[in-house]
Amino acid sequence: MKRALPDPVHIVKSRRDGALAWLTSGIPYIGFLGIEFDRRGDELTAVLPFAPSNIGNPMIPALHGGVTAAFLEVTAIICLSWASLWEEIEAGQVDLGSLEPGSLPTLPKTINFTVDYLRAGLPRDAYARARIMRSGRRFASVQVEAWQDNVARPYALGLVHLLIPPAAGQPPP
Amino acid sequence: MTDIIALARQFIEAIPHAHALGMDLTDLGDGSATIRMPYSDRLIGDPVSRVVHGGAVSALMDTASGAAVMCHPAAPTSTATLDLRIDYMRAATPGQTITARAICYHVTRTVAFVRVTATDEDESVPVATGTGSFSIERSKEWAR
Repeated sequence: MKRALPDPVHIVKSRRDGALAWLTSGIPYIGFLGIEFDRRGDELTAVLPFAPSNIGNPMIPALHGGVTAAFLEVTAIICLSWASLWEEIEAGQVDLGSLEPGSLPTLPKTINFTVDYLRAGLPRDAYARARIMRSGRRFASVQVEAWQDNVARPYALGLVHLLIPPAAGQPPP
Repeated sequence: MTDIIALARQFIEAIPHAHALGMDLTDLGDGSATIRMPYSDRLIGDPVSRVVHGGAVSALMDTASGAAVMCHPAAPTSTATLDLRIDYMRAATPGQTITARAICYHVTRTVAFVRVTATDEDESVPVATGTGSFSIERSKEWAR
């Protein structure tokens, strides 16, 4: 018996990149802050390019704490959705044809969110990665770390608890 | 006191990101601040429900908290968020203005403590509540 050949690399990549764009491009607030996502396999790094409108204290100048909070929260929500969609993406089951609101995945909802500000946000690009500490049937707990010039010197840490949307066709638990 | 409020108002109104979110400082004084943020399509976090993203609500609550710190009678000259925790009670109703009210209930030489609540036009159940601590710089007479 012959094993099926794996899909060519460009097909795999375009499927993954297409799914990531489908997940993120429909959310206006992600565009408002200018957040982008870098992908390496299933690992996502959120990028917040510097914009003058993201400044909170023009004297220093420093990024607005609310921008940093929002950046961490967006990263947590997208990374959790991405992880839960991964199997379907790999199986080619995600319909990327449509960006109509009705066809987009239901996003997890934030229950609460703690952010620690370790250093002032500099007027430069910022990066963030999320780690899903637990993802159960109803709740998930996601840690997020953001840095700027040095990955070993995070400037903000977040812990986000989220409510996981019920699977399609399932009643809420 | 008037000077403190004028300085605090100046501090808040100079924040570029507060402009970007369309924030409007409606009440300020004695360690409490109220800031409104009108609904905007740009702030939508869920295209299906058209609800404003939690991040925009966080930014509003952080700004209101900072404003409350700045107008505390201890007269800080500057402030920065140390930490902030926000609990989301419910989604804000699409189309409605969100209002954050913050109270700076205690300050030490270096840290200010704040409680903050966000509501939409139905004020019976808050959209979100939060607590934060803020580092403060004080003028010399208080530092002694």
